[in-house]
Amino acid sequence: MPTRTKFELKMGAATREAFGKALVELGDSNPNVVVLDADLAKSTYTEAFGKKFPDRFFECGIAEADMVAIGAGLAYSGKIPFVSSFSTFLMNKGFEQLRVTAAFPRVNLKSVGTHSGISIGEDGPSQMSIEDISLACSLAGFVVICPADEVAMTKLVRAAAAYNGPLFIRAGRAKAAVVYGPDQEFEIGKSIELLEGGDVTLIAAGLLLAESIRAAETLEAEGITARVIDMHTIKPLDREAIARAARETGAIVCAEEHLKDSGLGVRVAQIVAETHPAAMEFVGIDNTYAESGSPEELLDKYGLRAANVAEAARRAMKRKR
Amino acid sequence: MQKITNPVELAAIAKQVRREVIEMITAAKSGHPGGSLSVTEIVVTLFFEVMRIDPKNPEWKDRDRFILSKGHCCPALYSVMAKCGYCPEDQLNTLRKLGSIYQGHPDVRFLPALDASTGSLGEGLSLGIGMALAARLDSSPARVYVALGDGEIQEGQIWEAAMCAPKYKLDNLCVIVDYNRIQLDGFVKDIMDLEPLIDKWRSFNWHTVELDGHDIPALQRAFAEAASTKGKPTVLIAHTIKGKGVSFMENNPKFHGTAPTPEEAKRALQELQ
Repeated sequence: MPTRTKFELKMGAATREAFGKALVELGDSNPNVVVLDADLAKSTYTEAFGKKFPDRFFECGIAEADMVAIGAGLAYSGKIPFVSSFSTFLMNKGFEQLRVTAAFPRVNLKSVGTHSGISIGEDGPSQMSIEDISLACSLAGFVVICPADEVAMTKLVRAAAAYNGPLFIRAGRAKAAVVYGPDQEFEIGKSIELLEGGDVTLIAAGLLLAESIRAAETLEAEGITARVIDMHTIKPLDREAIARAARETGAIVCAEEHLKDSGLGVRVAQIVAETHPAAMEFVGIDNTYAESGSPEELLDKYGLRAANVAEAARRAMKRKR
Repeated sequence: MQKITNPVELAAIAKQVRREVIEMITAAKSGHPGGSLSVTEIVVTLFFEVMRIDPKNPEWKDRDRFILSKGHCCPALYSVMAKCGYCPEDQLNTLRKLGSIYQGHPDVRFLPALDASTGSLGEGLSLGIGMALAARLDSSPARVYVALGDGEIQEGQIWEAAMCAPKYKLDNLCVIVDYNRIQLDGFVKDIMDLEPLIDKWRSFNWHTVELDGHDIPALQRAFAEAASTKGKPTVLIAHTIKGKGVSFMENNPKFHGTAPTPEEAKRALQELQ
């Protein structure tokens, strides 16, 4: 239920870690679940699945293209494969295979990219995935999911396994603030309204959801009530919730840890344009590659903080009709 | 399905397949005759003799799989599948036409009896590994056959997969390289030489067999050898002739991806009497 209650936003596990745990649970309950990794199992947290179910874990070496298509082959034969790597390697090196061996024949392949965004920190831009949402969404028929915290990841990995079709899940390296209580339910394609509000809507995914909740609290102190929506499924978007937000609040900010000209925001804008044109602002990475630094420093420097979201909300509200 | 083991009968089927390949591609006015004609005996021998399949039950879990990784040569596959009873033979000449089940490259959405959609070169061997791993997990006797083009194995992913299959000791996986020595831009040795090809596969820990890919008894022996080879996958280096069976197409790079004119088709069909 939407509330104006305070969120504690205590730091929880990274979504990659929640992914690894959820996989082990799935392995117990579904013998068809198999997992593939490309020499990053310690970092993607698929290692635990591999230890518990060695016959159902396939280490493919540093060969993402091969891994993705092997996963597709397993899917053709009725398995539920999760292929996992750093998001940038999975999406960029495996894109062609995701397209031709998974999306095009619509096989039941689950691809999971960890270390998304710039919050991976010190490793720098060659490892940072800032275009994975764009690439994944460009695959016809794909479902694209970006969970915000450990609860969302756990529930959405389960939903992904139950869903029949190709999809991509985006996970992060950095610890993520806990937004949800353990009983929160998730449905692919159905966004969650965390805060109700009538002045402006903040639509976010991933780490930027907690930042948007903080931004809403800042705005509230200024007398502005901001609606906050977790758009955990970026494809297919929750068209109805977006249209309603546009109609009812007339101003929308989209916030994401991704290039802002090709991610969640532009996809939301398309629906806003089609349904109820409203003032929009976008928080994201602005047409650049980041650099080495601590996750905190990077989020500050590249403008992915609550303050950036709040400022964008004020700008959007000024342009409201 | 009733197996045909007599090489003379299989050769007769191969000739009919070649005729249909010419007719289909001529009707479509586009397509890839050269590689379809070079892979013909390989596909015919697999479907009519070697593979455990049931065309009436294409979703049979324990069936053997065939992946035409060199997907552009699908006319030969479509003709063979039609002759086996998977799909209508009288629609073969709708190849490449809007709505046809016989798409320009294999597409499971239109022809679900196919074991995989292919068309982007270099991906079929990885798919085959996935299917072979699944068969092992299910304790299924299914074997997986993957036909690769020679030009195709210039793709890096082939060698990623070539490293992977022996790691998993996939003796239920058999690759056939249709070594017809011609690719779109010219001769393979000039574009990007593959030699020493058999040494490459051997050094990747594959069981290797070299043979004439038009010699049906040799193919029968090689597939039997692959099936009895334990602990590693097998690759057949099948020396073939691009455009085999049609004199003016044989070894002619022009017919990699060019349809014959109606006059050329007439001559070709005369030669394939």
